[in-house]
Amino acid sequence: MEEPEQYAVANRQSTEPAVQQQLEVSPESGASFAPGESVFETRNVSIFYSSFRAVTDVSLTIHEHEITAFIGPSGCGKTTVLRTLNRMNDLIVGARVEGEVEYRGAPLYAKDVSPIAVRRRIGMVFQKPNPFPKSVYDNVAYGPRINGERNKGRLDEIVERSLRQAALWDEVKDRLHKSGLGLSGGQQQRLCIARTLAVEPDVVLMDEPCSALDPIATGAIEDLMQEIKSKYTIVIVTHNMQQATRVSDRTAFFSVLINEQSDTRTGVLVEYDRTAKLFQDPRDSRTRAYVTGRMG
Amino acid sequence: MAAMTGQQNVDLREPPSWRRTKNRIATILMLTAFVLTIIPLGFVLFTVISKGASIISWQFLTGSIPPNVLPASVGGMGPAIVGTIEITALATVMAVPLGVLGAIYLNEYGGNRLLAKVIGFMSDVMTGVPSIVMGLFIFSIWVLHFGYSGLAGALALGCLMLPIVIRSTYEMLRLVPDPLREASYALGASKARVTVTVVLPAAIGGIVSGALLAVARAAGETAPLLFTILTVTTVNRNVFSGANTSLPSQIFANASSPYVGAQARGWGAALTLIAIAFILMIVARLITARFARYLR
Repeated sequence: MEEPEQYAVANRQSTEPAVQQQLEVSPESGASFAPGESVFETRNVSIFYSSFRAVTDVSLTIHEHEITAFIGPSGCGKTTVLRTLNRMNDLIVGARVEGEVEYRGAPLYAKDVSPIAVRRRIGMVFQKPNPFPKSVYDNVAYGPRINGERNKGRLDEIVERSLRQAALWDEVKDRLHKSGLGLSGGQQQRLCIARTLAVEPDVVLMDEPCSALDPIATGAIEDLMQEIKSKYTIVIVTHNMQQATRVSDRTAFFSVLINEQSDTRTGVLVEYDRTAKLFQDPRDSRTRAYVTGRMG
Repeated sequence: MAAMTGQQNVDLREPPSWRRTKNRIATILMLTAFVLTIIPLGFVLFTVISKGASIISWQFLTGSIPPNVLPASVGGMGPAIVGTIEITALATVMAVPLGVLGAIYLNEYGGNRLLAKVIGFMSDVMTGVPSIVMGLFIFSIWVLHFGYSGLAGALALGCLMLPIVIRSTYEMLRLVPDPLREASYALGASKARVTVTVVLPAAIGGIVSGALLAVARAAGETAPLLFTILTVTTVNRNVFSGANTSLPSQIFANASSPYVGAQARGWGAALTLIAIAFILMIVARLITARFARYLR
């Protein structure tokens, strides 16, 4: 999978020395970690908003170069769990994580861990496309720029490569300096993906990236996920079970525990397995009910 | 069964009703309110233009202020225009950066902290302080020690502008959607970086026009200047020392004079002041439109 991709990229920009291109595209993660190695390891993770327990006791392992899908009914905490993986929940006042979250063996919530450093390695694509009110170019160049890249030539390269990876280059190459908000919804979402890929993250977290898109745009983004998964590890939250079966290697099914006394709802991880196994032969009756459409 | 019988006489017209009458009454009331609102504005503009337009000339805008007994054809308002520009500019330089930074603290950093709440509350209280009280305040803490000067006037105007700038900037920052901030955080940006590269650019149009409205408001203030700059008839180019003058103070002085020539110059000064405020408004609009180009 690796070889043709490098070849293709080197071909596209034939004006540049091929050697440099190969250096550029070789993913830093690919060399040092064997495929399938665990990227995230959570153990008994509970997430609180102030005193409210939103999610309880989540333990799962997310593997490298795989697409992991989180499915489940609304309010089951899929997104909350996703946002703990790059410490986005830190931005919410009162949010708190208990239990252990390890990223490549390092505790993600240790005191000396900088959420900024975490998010530079673990990017995120949001439910609603949220391009900056800047030009297409500046949107994609934003991440590299805040990481200190000032060289115009290298920025041009990164922008083109990222837009190509996001399958958007041909549609926007003539309007790079027009507003990113002028694109259609599907294009905006692919722009957001390109923006995330531009910083060459190790992991891409996707929070229902297709929920605001039509089936054609959804298909484009699913194809795109398949193409980039050789270089990135992807975790996707989705409401759409077909989407989970189409794109993911593993699926985690979350459900809601309703506490009658306090009338609170707490998310819980019910089952986590290979996608084919989880959909065809689930161990838990709740999973079976959900994937066969009898619940949720 | 009725649906099966096919074509029916469906009446989609609104039946004559009280609802329609209410709608008409409300429309008429609102139109009346609108007309009543613009009548004073129209009268003010009409009066000022009809009494002040004839005196406006290059000589009027640049000439020095003559003794009140001289006829309208002599002299002008040059020192007052220079004074207004000097003092307002100095007040702007002091109040706008401070106000914008304060609003950034309140909205981006303060959160629910006690300090932020206290500052926000104090700023709202400050909005309600009468301008003459602000003038007396500066008189007692500054003028009594250092004497009359343009700087003292600028301090008083700055104190008036500060809460307006804080409030308008704060409202503009609040309008910046959180998903934009999240997108930036997810790329590994620090809070300062998010504020400077995403939040401020998205809000800059509104911030600038809010600041210009505060400037226009301050340029027309009379009361705070009465005890801080005095009223002189010659140009004082040094804004930091010595008594000064301004259009509003000069209008006040001339309007209370019994001489026809002085009164005519007062009307001319009033028209000049309105024109300056009007130009500031137009500039504010243009800036808003200029910065909004990526928001379309």
